Amino acid sequence: MARSHTAPAAALFPGLISIELTVNGAKVKLDIAPWTTLLDALRDRMGLMGTKKGCDHGQCGACTVLVDGRRVNSCLTLAVMKDGAEVITVEGLATDGVLHPVQQAFIDHDAFQCGYCTPGQICSAIGLIAEGKAKTPDDIRELMSGNICRCAAYPNIVAAIQQAMDAS
Amino acid sequence: MTTYIGTATSRVDGRDKVTGAARYAGEYGAPDLAHGSVVNSTIAKGRIRRIDAGEAMKVDGVITVLTHENRPPMADNDEAYKDDVAPGDGSPYRPLYDGSIKFNGQPVALVLAEDLETATYAASLVKVEYEEQPHITDFEKQLGKAKALPAPAKPRGDAAKAFAVSDIRHDAEYYVPVEHHNPMELFASTAVWRDGKLTVYDKTQGVQNVQRYLCGVFQARPDEIRVMSPFMGGGFGSGLRPQYQVVLAVLGARALKRSVRLVLTRQQMYMVGYRPAMVQRIQLGAKTDGALNAITHNATTITSQYEDFHRNETTWSGLLYKSETASYAHKLVRLDLPAACDMRAPSAATGVYALEAAMDELAVALQMDPLELRLKCYSDSDQHTGLPFSSKSLRECYSQAAEAFGWSRRNPEPRSMREGNDLIGWGMATGIWEALQVPITVRITLTANGHAEVACATSDIGTGTYTIMAQAAADMLGVPIDNVTVKLGDSTLPPSPVEGGSWIAASVSNGIVTTSNAIRDELLRLAETMPNSPLMGIKTADVTLSDGSVTVKKTPRSTVPIADIMRHAGVDRIAQEKATKFGKDGKHAHNTHSAIFAEVKVDEQLGVIRVTRLVSAVAAGRILNLKTARSQVMGGMIWGIGMALHEETLIDHRFGRIMNANIAEYHVPVNADVHSVEVIFVDEQDDIVNPMGIKGLGEIGIVGVPAAIANAVYHATGKRVRDLPITLDKLTRDA
Repeated sequence: MARSHTAPAAALFPGLISIELTVNGAKVKLDIAPWTTLLDALRDRMGLMGTKKGCDHGQCGACTVLVDGRRVNSCLTLAVMKDGAEVITVEGLATDGVLHPVQQAFIDHDAFQCGYCTPGQICSAIGLIAEGKAKTPDDIRELMSGNICRCAAYPNIVAAIQQAMDAS
Repeated sequence: MTTYIGTATSRVDGRDKVTGAARYAGEYGAPDLAHGSVVNSTIAKGRIRRIDAGEAMKVDGVITVLTHENRPPMADNDEAYKDDVAPGDGSPYRPLYDGSIKFNGQPVALVLAEDLETATYAASLVKVEYEEQPHITDFEKQLGKAKALPAPAKPRGDAAKAFAVSDIRHDAEYYVPVEHHNPMELFASTAVWRDGKLTVYDKTQGVQNVQRYLCGVFQARPDEIRVMSPFMGGGFGSGLRPQYQVVLAVLGARALKRSVRLVLTRQQMYMVGYRPAMVQRIQLGAKTDGALNAITHNATTITSQYEDFHRNETTWSGLLYKSETASYAHKLVRLDLPAACDMRAPSAATGVYALEAAMDELAVALQMDPLELRLKCYSDSDQHTGLPFSSKSLRECYSQAAEAFGWSRRNPEPRSMREGNDLIGWGMATGIWEALQVPITVRITLTANGHAEVACATSDIGTGTYTIMAQAAADMLGVPIDNVTVKLGDSTLPPSPVEGGSWIAASVSNGIVTTSNAIRDELLRLAETMPNSPLMGIKTADVTLSDGSVTVKKTPRSTVPIADIMRHAGVDRIAQEKATKFGKDGKHAHNTHSAIFAEVKVDEQLGVIRVTRLVSAVAAGRILNLKTARSQVMGGMIWGIGMALHEETLIDHRFGRIMNANIAEYHVPVNADVHSVEVIFVDEQDDIVNPMGIKGLGEIGIVGVPAAIANAVYHATGKRVRDLPITLDKLTRDA
């Protein structure tokens, strides 16, 4: 892992960049390094630990959040790319203590065990429903395959999403 | 009086998990938090000649770089590093202890910085020079040098002789590769430093195991280190032993005298424990009617050079089926890799795979239905000891699963069932695991307002422990489940061993019964002095706690509110802490069983395999929670899909390094891989195994599933692939 870099860090550093995001309805101003991912910005800068890091490489989907209504892997998204965007994380889904229908469906169908992939699964499911492409359980399975659940609650995840889709 | 036990109660921690409120090990903060990043060795064997951290130290925000040369003191004897789950033989690995390199990816330096990106970047600047020595990581090349272990179990009769004269013989080798647990949560530890004491949030299946280990390694007093793990993002065995990141986080905190968070990368998680690769040779000899007269099961498994990890893959064979003779042997191959460790249903997922694939091959040789063969060899006693089972409802598992699956409609001829381009295959297998229980201590605090706190230093690694503890306490104390608070995952709570082996549900539930009885005793004692109490002279066994009152069972109108008893006694709460031990039952074998039926569809041209249906019927005593139990077994079954078709850690033997150390190239089942999965719980009352009749579920779900799928693939294609995973290249390759 020892690579040689010729330039010292200071020379590489272009300075902090000012951005503004709307996160779960609240405006957030950040001065942030260009290499900071949206995931790390949420977790380490804003303290929103609900969004999970499972691989940091866009392979597992645990970091899925909604950006302007679309589901994205926040670990593959640099925060500075999303200046002005509206971000919704798992913490922003319930309103006045009432769970989002997808959150409730996940509890009803036991669509998780350890819970670590769950915020990403739920954000991904909400994005999926908004896309309107999934019509059948097979569609749901295919279009939710970017979100790995190692506890393997997959059949329950599909059932939960169906319940939420039917209700919407 | 059972209200919650046995029902499909939703998880009590569900709301925390769907709202993002559940906090995992790497998510705790501290005002003085420093972030760590690990530098790993790039050679598999040798010594560190020199570490140059100069460039790294120049980066703004880097606090220090710790290596074996400048780290704080650590214990210098093996005993200190032996955690509760450490194998008996060998010297446990000591992270950052000295300059020797024992495996590729071993941690060699820890960079500590003010933020994560700085630490990660600076770690890339650390230069390490090595004195490299030749390494060996190729299992097959070392098979000849395998070291024989003592016999895993006493042989029965002369299996070799019986095999030689058997009417029908099957003899084959089965291969299982290295597999990694890959829990979704990264291995993480946050060591919070306060006035010289540490609270360590760790991703672990056993907070007290980690606490004792850290106290040993750092020669600390027990009150100086507290370990917490209220939530754990998946274990599967990977968190039974303390991982190196917890040592490094504590090293960092002790060096800096401030808090440190260290989260490993997904890639680094492949450089720790794994399910060992193995070759198993099985010989089955049978009479023409299918009765077994010889079983020989030999296994050779891999481990590290420094520690001998192994479990008994072979003895399941002689336990499960009636056979006059049986013999077992186990060998170990030492490689320049990290030590192997437990992974879901260790020894059974693998050993029963080989046995049940071999049984299928024997059925083919006998021209006998595979299910019929199992029934022919059905054993009503533990074949090792001759003891009867405390309960064994495997027959019911077979019949209920076969019925649900439609097994009777199977055409036994391979390649006989098809649908368009797909060949359809149906296979089956048996599963078995031990019903284990461990000594445990539970504290219950019941308050006059009808609230109960139940506390134990066990873990909920996703298994549903919070929920079943709340259910058991609510029923035993007669309070609504919403009035129960469960505390676990804290080393300062009453003692519990690690969560593993499927033993916690039985242990902690019975523990709650013991302590609830003590609460009941105490209430009766306090009620003794109440004037005109209907409880006067009544024994504990004759009362129940329900609806906030103590009630005499025979005369339900004789009831006294718990609040009145406490008021009379001048207390606002009763707390009891009791240890529960499980006596040795020398008269019965304790096991869970399952029958698995699998349907696969195999694209004839491309060899693509899909598992379209899985049915498992499980007999595991009393089921505490139908909802979480189903999830647990279903999860295990899907792990079986992964083991059969996807999972394999690949090593580049030139460098002794893992090539697919990421969750895209190490394939695990995703949603699209999973179709119909049906779980059936067979009624099984067991009054012997423990007072509540619970046998545990964490492991049984996976056992047998890989064989059922492999057997289905054979039935679909007529091709027997004995080395897992069964990938399309192996299926389409000419024999």
